[in-house]
Amino acid sequence: MDLELSEEQQLLKDSVNGLLARRYPDVVKTRAEMAKEAGGYSSVSWKEWADQGLLAIPFSEEDGGLGQGPVEMMLVGQAIGRTLALEPFLATVVLGGGILRHAASAAQRQRLVPEIAAGNLTLALAHQEKQSRFDLFDVATTAKPDGSGGYVLEGEKMVVLNGDSAAKLIVSARTSGDRRAKDGIGLFLVDAKAPGVSIRGYATQDGSRAADISLSSVKVGKDDVLGDPGKALAALERTADEAIAFLAADAVGAMEVLHEATLEYAKTRKQFGQTIGSFQVIQHRLVDMFTALEQARSIALYGSMMAGEDDTTERRRAVHAVKVQIGKSARLIGQDAIQLHGGIGMTSEYKAGHYFKRLTMIELAFGNTDHHLRALVRLGGLIEASKPAA
Amino acid sequence: MDLRFSPEEVAFREEVRTFFQTQVPLSIRRKVIEGRELTKDDIVTSHKALHKRGWATPGWAKEWGGTGWTPVQFYIFGEEMQMNGVPAPVGFNVTMHGPVLIQFGTEEQKKHHLPRIAACDDFWCQGFSEPGAGSDLASLKTTAVREGDHYIVNGQKIWTTLAQYADWIFCLVRTDTTTAKKQLGISYLMIDMKTPGITTRPIITMDGGREVNEVFFDTVKVPVENLVGEEGRGWDCAKYLLGNERTGIARVGTSKMRVARIKELARLVPSGSGSLMDDERFAEKVALVEVELKALEMTQLRIISEDRKSGRGGTPNPASSILKIKGSELQQATTELLMEIAGPLALPYVKQDPDDIGHNEGPVGVDWALPTAPQYFNNRKVSIYGGTNEIQHNIIAKAVLGF
Repeated sequence: MDLELSEEQQLLKDSVNGLLARRYPDVVKTRAEMAKEAGGYSSVSWKEWADQGLLAIPFSEEDGGLGQGPVEMMLVGQAIGRTLALEPFLATVVLGGGILRHAASAAQRQRLVPEIAAGNLTLALAHQEKQSRFDLFDVATTAKPDGSGGYVLEGEKMVVLNGDSAAKLIVSARTSGDRRAKDGIGLFLVDAKAPGVSIRGYATQDGSRAADISLSSVKVGKDDVLGDPGKALAALERTADEAIAFLAADAVGAMEVLHEATLEYAKTRKQFGQTIGSFQVIQHRLVDMFTALEQARSIALYGSMMAGEDDTTERRRAVHAVKVQIGKSARLIGQDAIQLHGGIGMTSEYKAGHYFKRLTMIELAFGNTDHHLRALVRLGGLIEASKPAA
Repeated sequence: MDLRFSPEEVAFREEVRTFFQTQVPLSIRRKVIEGRELTKDDIVTSHKALHKRGWATPGWAKEWGGTGWTPVQFYIFGEEMQMNGVPAPVGFNVTMHGPVLIQFGTEEQKKHHLPRIAACDDFWCQGFSEPGAGSDLASLKTTAVREGDHYIVNGQKIWTTLAQYADWIFCLVRTDTTTAKKQLGISYLMIDMKTPGITTRPIITMDGGREVNEVFFDTVKVPVENLVGEEGRGWDCAKYLLGNERTGIARVGTSKMRVARIKELARLVPSGSGSLMDDERFAEKVALVEVELKALEMTQLRIISEDRKSGRGGTPNPASSILKIKGSELQQATTELLMEIAGPLALPYVKQDPDDIGHNEGPVGVDWALPTAPQYFNNRKVSIYGGTNEIQHNIIAKAVLGF
């Protein structure tokens, strides 16, 4: 049992925090400038991420990666959360990369991973559909065999993160079964410029970008079929689990900043001739935020250590617990940060609202608190029932 | 970074668990698991079993019988103790007075008292709180006036847990009433409970329990050699004592044991077409407790892991300050859920004492359900004792947030 960072991990943490602090000297202003660029982020910055090796973290060394794990990913996530960084790390490395690691063949990985690691290839996971809400198995988009090992895709995807800037899309589509059948889902690599792909991009509530994507007779060659085209759900679930662990760290970074900002504000803002932090009611609210933050930090750490667990049930139990605690902590810290700031917290020019919106979007991604609480109950919770006394 | 315990740690857990399950009587452990009150004999029997194995005073300096365990071993020991329903060694002896004596006592005091404290040959109780000094402990008024070789003690202590069992009491008393700062002028005295002038009166708590007492001192003569540390510096002892327990305070193992029990019992209770555990609303409440508990367990492990790196006694991780608040909330949540399982079966009141109110005679109600309400009522104390949770908020605001 050792929960301390290794020397290498501490170095990574320092370097990624350093990079992002340089890139985002003023979170609100820098983001506003980046939003004007194509795709909603700085491609120059993305190259820097590549140069520092960040885009290679989770991939195996044979595939051209660094062979690191969820703990390193957590460190990146936390840094992103602290700066609300807009670079498509989640879309490309966590989600796209996750699918490649869990579904793609060695040949496919060795073709694509070096490109990702070099910052030349961005990905987006086109999975969400209008009706699917939090159910990963709910897929209406279809994939019909074209007779020569390839497929033809037909359907509509929604809220695809960074879907308007990705060079390639990973599309989930049904090769057999009903819309909500767990079998019969495939994953397909599609060029964003391929004939029949129509992409409508837009800004999201948290200042990032997403797209609705329509697929009309989109042809996929057999080399671009990722894994068994009827058995992709496991890879999707595994990737979603990793994304939740990653987003937990992202949320912890954002919660840290909100707590720091609110604390500083309480110590400087004067009313009735004294700082508002001199009032016990304000102090106690900040202590509750601190408690929620520490609990979130602990569960995110747990998530990062369980995200790579191969036992599906154990991993899922942990991931459900992570999303529940993060959702609870994020709501408390986000809402209280705005409340304790008062009017200034409501403005778009001040940072608190931006962090609050980010936390709110994280809560809605990959299943909200209630969804994961119910799922945890279905798996029997974390603790075994005791046995009646002999 | 690794959540797994080392093979040595796993073996240690096995050793500890086997010891608890074979050397501490099942009848005593069942009482703890089922939430029943322990007798003095239960507490002392369990304490002595641990002492015999050298495990009653693991946290003490090695020369006085400590084990020199790593922080992880302490964690494992505490967790297994709580999960197996083993009563902790008497806290007043082991985590409160003993460490104070080791730190502040004279060689004579240590040689005479420590072995008896460790073996629980003497049962100690704590005389800190007074009617006018609760969270504001330094306001205490019990006086000790020096007359020759003795202090003459007058005053009253309250909420004195298990004073009815105690052979000795360690007390904060005021030896100087003229100091400007009220923390000064307080001294730490050991008083033999058999000394003439001491009266103990039980305070019956709302659960019917006889756990806490008032202790009155009427011209009680205490030899000056029973002063611990310097006269007027008792506040140092008190601060040392209160800061001594850091991670055990969360009682994660106890709450885990109760969650396991909640699941055991809720499966036996019908609800709708299935059991109460199939009731989504109930099951979600249990799951919410489990999630918070897992986070708290990780918080505790974070602190231990850091302790191990920096050595115990380094600057405490700020996260350690949340253990009392979250830990008490979860202890209370689990006792509330247990009572909820019992439902109407929680209602029958069982006499705790021949003098008790009520006319119930003989066995009433259903065994497993009877202790759930008293346990729920009793556990309201955990957010009050040791500094109320509101005081804990003040402490964190000051020490961690810098207000």
